[in-house]
Amino acid sequence: MVELDTIPPFFADKQEQLREILGRYPEVGKRSAVMPLLWEVQNAERHVSEARIAEIAEILGIHPTEVKGVMSFYSEYHGEPVGTYHLQVCSTLSCSLAGSDQLYDYLVEKLGIVNGETDAEGRFSIQKVECLGSCGTGPVLQVNDVYYERVGRARCDQLIDALRNGRMPEAWRERGGDNEGAEKADFLTGTASGAVEGQGEG
Amino acid sequence: MSDVADAPEAARPITSRRDPRYEVVMYRHVGVEGAWKLDYYRSHGGYEAATKALTQMSPSQVIDEVKASKLRGRGGAGFPTGVKWSFMPPVDGRQRFLVVNADESEPGSFKDRYIVEDDPHQLIEGMIIGCYAIQATRAMIYIRGEYVKGYQRLVEAVREARAAGILGKNVLGTDVEVDITVHRGAGAYICGEETALMNSLEGLRGNPRLKPPFPAQAGVYGLPTTINNVTTMTSVVHIITRGAHWFSSMGTEDSKGTKLYQISGPVQRPGVYELPMGASFRELIYDLAGGPKGGDAKGFFPGGSSTPPLPWTDEYLDMPMDYGSLAKAGSMLGTGGVIVIPKEKDIVDAMYNVVRFYAHESCGKCTPCREGIATWLPKMYQKLLAGLGTREDLDLMEEMVRNSRGTAFCPLADACAMPVQASFKWFRDEYEYIVDHGKPMYTRNDWWDA
Repeated sequence: MVELDTIPPFFADKQEQLREILGRYPEVGKRSAVMPLLWEVQNAERHVSEARIAEIAEILGIHPTEVKGVMSFYSEYHGEPVGTYHLQVCSTLSCSLAGSDQLYDYLVEKLGIVNGETDAEGRFSIQKVECLGSCGTGPVLQVNDVYYERVGRARCDQLIDALRNGRMPEAWRERGGDNEGAEKADFLTGTASGAVEGQGEG
Repeated sequence: MSDVADAPEAARPITSRRDPRYEVVMYRHVGVEGAWKLDYYRSHGGYEAATKALTQMSPSQVIDEVKASKLRGRGGAGFPTGVKWSFMPPVDGRQRFLVVNADESEPGSFKDRYIVEDDPHQLIEGMIIGCYAIQATRAMIYIRGEYVKGYQRLVEAVREARAAGILGKNVLGTDVEVDITVHRGAGAYICGEETALMNSLEGLRGNPRLKPPFPAQAGVYGLPTTINNVTTMTSVVHIITRGAHWFSSMGTEDSKGTKLYQISGPVQRPGVYELPMGASFRELIYDLAGGPKGGDAKGFFPGGSSTPPLPWTDEYLDMPMDYGSLAKAGSMLGTGGVIVIPKEKDIVDAMYNVVRFYAHESCGKCTPCREGIATWLPKMYQKLLAGLGTREDLDLMEEMVRNSRGTAFCPLADACAMPVQASFKWFRDEYEYIVDHGKPMYTRNDWWDA
């Protein structure tokens, strides 16, 4: 609890944002705000520390252990800081059949870290995750919040090179099926070029 | 279809790129740049169905129309939507909720993702109609944490709709009130189970609750609640626009309308295809998706990894993709997410992948699932894959999954046990091979393209 005295409360200067989040839920369901509040903290600090857990508990009028209990249930909240670039490799069946096991091995070799680790510089961390809902366009690699789909060897190299240079490319969104083609980003320049071709305009 | 030329723009048929016989309805805007914006949606007939429902129909007429369409819930269980809506208790002054389940996490399923990302207003319109039908003024969308793009698009779409008077106290100029909260999950498959979803929504751990009481009696915060899947909601939009008869004229005896089928695994053109219910697996896998890469496969999951896999035979490939046919075959339609298992993927390895998924996602609340599915079953697979398994182990595994059927608190254990049982039924030779030879029958592990 020493931390509490040394760092200012996260929401101290974000009262309006806090009111907005609490206002999303009915009076009876104030506690519903626990997940969005955890997200706010994690989006800013890449993890949720004990001090922040205590702060959220106080806002909601519940015990810090209850907040921690919620937090530990979900695989996306982190109690320790992850890397600047948190690589989440989908390892479930469809992605596995598109090569995600090898993609993971390749990343391990390239970055020198394994599942659950962060490198010494705090730049990269890697996590094997379950189905990301990108089964038709696997293998998918989620970096922080962004999906990179159909990550073959060449694309994987390009992506890691870009990240090493401190640049996060635009999402590489794919659709496949009857809706293939649409939105593409130039992987190297990071510029998005929305295609007009699609179902709606014949 | 003779009145096509006079039809409003929203009803103009757009057909599949691969097969012009198939009209694309719910996916018409997917892949179109800017389709997620309100201006685009409105200029393509958007919110006309909601206007029609709110100004020309009573709530009970909307429910009757949806009942008459014979729409069944698209989340996997296939419960008739109109019937579910009619379970809501009479209006008694308590807050009522509509909750949309956008926690799409079933391996092999990815249809909802493109709707929330590319066409969020279609979902919002369906929700307005649903709220009106069950007379709820508050709605919530529970979207899985990984769908950040979808979350952002939904939040933006709700903001746009509020600003335009489409959501709020006077929806589309009527005295109907509807507002929507978008709630983001944080990575838990079990939260797609409706009672676990409600707990998560309430700020608790996502453990399932006992049923009954069902959500209509005691749902979110103990208040009357209806929970529907994303594409159930978007189906409703078109049922209202074009009528129950249009919807029920497509499909088979027990399965009506169009459905968004998904196909993944090594096929030529994986992705989402919208087809009338009752199209065959062969049409989806071969005609639309171009067939398996390399030409050969040995089986497929018909509707997500929770549905028992079927062997690659004419009997099953020519089967209609509807609820009844799959039930008869000992499997399920599920979410309609077909996963093709190539010949060279060893079934023991493939099933270990599936089992590991359920082991990871088990919430740990009840013993059969925690000890059986999450602990022992993956260990047994590891033993087999290490070449240390015995014939007795195979019997033990079969006994274990048999005993976890119907004994766990929620359907997650069954969702793992049933596919494992089916894999033993159809591919027992591969299990016996790995036991007898100490190595898998198929050893290919290079699936990565350049």
